[in-house]
Amino acid sequence: MEKFSFLDKTKPTFFKEHQNALYKSLEDKHTTIEELEEDPLGTRMILNMGPQHPATHGVLRLLLELDGEKITRNRLDIGYLHRGIEKIAENKTYQEFMPYTDRMDYLSPYSNNVAMCMAVEKIADIEVPERAQYIRMIGCELARISSHLLFMGATVMDTGAISVFIWTFRERERIYDIFDNFGGHRFTISHSRIGGVHNDLSPLCIDMIKNFTETFPAEVEGWKKLLNRNRIFYDRNNGVGTISREDAIKIGLTGPNIRATGVPLDLRKVNPYMQYDKVDFEVPTRLEGDNFARYICRMEEMLESIKIIKQCLDKMPKGQIRTDDAKKAYPSKDEVYYSMEGMIHDFMMTDTGVCPPDGVECYTAIEAPKGELGFYIQSDGTGHPWRMKIKSPSFTNLQGLEKILDGEMIADTVVIIGGVDPVMGESDK
Amino acid sequence: MDSSQIPIVSSYIVMAGALGFLLNSAAITVYAERRVAAFIQNRVGPNRVGPLGLFQPLADVVKLIFKEDVTPAQGNPTLHATAPLIPVITALMTVAVIPFGEGIFVTNINVGVLYILAVASLGVYGVTMAGWASNSKYSLLGGLRAAAQMLSYELPMGMALASVVLFAQSLSMVTMVESQAHFWFIFVNPIGAIIFIVCTFAEANRTPFDLVEAEQELVGGFHTEYSSMKFGMFFLAEYMHVVIGSMLITVFFLGGWHLPFAGYYEHILPEAGTWAKAILDISVFLGKTIFLVFVFIWVRWTIPRFKYNQLMSLGWARLLPLSILNFAVIAFILMVIHTYF
Repeated sequence: MEKFSFLDKTKPTFFKEHQNALYKSLEDKHTTIEELEEDPLGTRMILNMGPQHPATHGVLRLLLELDGEKITRNRLDIGYLHRGIEKIAENKTYQEFMPYTDRMDYLSPYSNNVAMCMAVEKIADIEVPERAQYIRMIGCELARISSHLLFMGATVMDTGAISVFIWTFRERERIYDIFDNFGGHRFTISHSRIGGVHNDLSPLCIDMIKNFTETFPAEVEGWKKLLNRNRIFYDRNNGVGTISREDAIKIGLTGPNIRATGVPLDLRKVNPYMQYDKVDFEVPTRLEGDNFARYICRMEEMLESIKIIKQCLDKMPKGQIRTDDAKKAYPSKDEVYYSMEGMIHDFMMTDTGVCPPDGVECYTAIEAPKGELGFYIQSDGTGHPWRMKIKSPSFTNLQGLEKILDGEMIADTVVIIGGVDPVMGESDK
Repeated sequence: MDSSQIPIVSSYIVMAGALGFLLNSAAITVYAERRVAAFIQNRVGPNRVGPLGLFQPLADVVKLIFKEDVTPAQGNPTLHATAPLIPVITALMTVAVIPFGEGIFVTNINVGVLYILAVASLGVYGVTMAGWASNSKYSLLGGLRAAAQMLSYELPMGMALASVVLFAQSLSMVTMVESQAHFWFIFVNPIGAIIFIVCTFAEANRTPFDLVEAEQELVGGFHTEYSSMKFGMFFLAEYMHVVIGSMLITVFFLGGWHLPFAGYYEHILPEAGTWAKAILDISVFLGKTIFLVFVFIWVRWTIPRFKYNQLMSLGWARLLPLSILNFAVIAFILMVIHTYF
């Protein structure tokens, strides 16, 4: 029985070796300072938060050493949602792998699809028609709004006001309805294809998007009125979870987290991909680097996304939605159903897939809602990657969490986790 | 003691009625909370059990009774079982001195206000004991927060009450209401009223002061390790405290059973001692209470929660000095009025 002591019902513990290693690392942290600090009253308490906890955004686990309500040291333990999808990718053709990317950052599946498709298109040298690029941009921006909406709801709920979370659901529901018309799925949409997108936008879908872009800014204004000058919300977020610009750059935070420290790093501006250089938008930044700055950045980004969507709808040219080279992308269904070659190509695409040249490697990154989402692919000339490495923004952002949490109050933990906005599906992959 | 100080209805009948009302009010408040919350959040709320979902509280209670009653293996079973009783009992004890109408009260003791303060502060023992007996770190933190919070908000609450005692010149709850016939105390002592309302929110552990059970960081706070009807008792107590809190605000600041400025048109109201007057009194009293319960719910679903240190600085650095100042200024003004006019 001793072997299974961590399964003991009355004294449940984590896996022993792992637990010991983690406690050791918490002990070892800041060893130089620790020598001087003695705690004669024994007021320090080690609190385990997660992986089953209502407010750690999934299965994040934190070990906190508390002095009263103050966090003196903390350790982060991630990996509870590890599904090995990088390994799975090696056994799938590129197109087959796409539904797995939906389940990484499950709050913005569209961005993940696009990031992966762009990496494959780069390594296999595939041209994407302009219309498809605009459709992808609309999808990405809608995904960004949906992701930021959840951030907003969750962060306000973490401070104790539950209603806002439900209010954001109504707007997210509208986005999901749009996605339903967009590609046939509400949540895990898998609409993008290597070499383009699956289908063109229907007039109904375009109408829905237009309607959304017109009404959504007013909703944001309403939330701003409720929250921006709300005394309690402001006090709970202002000056909480501050990280300096130097530290943020050193750790490599991405997305709104680094923009909140005053670094205008946005891949859509810095290294424009798709048609982002043809649309006009701002990159909202703040200088404070605290939780409130992160909140403001994301609120502004939602409005910028609406601007981008509006411009995309105006600028979208007529034309193909997928490249016309049957060796590099799925042929259209018309060809598949009515011609011999089309059907053979369709079969070959499903069976073998796109084959990049042997020995080629590439890295492509896009600005996902949570930051830089990169796909690194090494090819061996077959239809599936020899190695695929995913650089997920949540993983990078979580690296900064330990530094941010030190010295804060325990009540701030959940607010800060909400502010950093990790998605464990993406971080643990 | 004039006629109004003597109960017109038997104490036992009032007590039975009041206790029955209070026990049921918790169930009704739970239903109201869920419906109001749904209304605020663009949802429908419970509408399946019975007409308009009115039997939802019954279904909840049945569910709670049939749940497994878990006692933490490493906890203290005796204290763990006793703790949930304390908040319920203290809430029920409060009813003894609340006047519901002219001559409709259980008892009229001449230190009613002190009794209320004493009984109200006993409730914290249940919460602290629950936090300690569960032998869980989350519960312990919740229990400690409760103790600190109750202590800090007792003081401004007491000072706010002292400032109305100056007007009523009595510690009796009945006299307190009697003396509001012309002007409710909220009009003559608005600062005291605000302080008292804030403290009532804190005493009832409601948002924005619900960090005792802060769902987000402490899972469930002191009741993390509670299940079944033991949890049900805490749940019941929370809503009874909301109702009691509303009643106390009504008695101390909103004129109890009096209509606004009733002293000026008393002659057109039914005569004291009649059934019509009793019904009017109780309706007015309940109307005010229901409105305040609605305010409690409304605030809960709109406002975020304080942090521990913010709560402490609000209690000690803002409310306490303000309440003492308010008391001193009112005492001085009253002294001047009594001496020179």
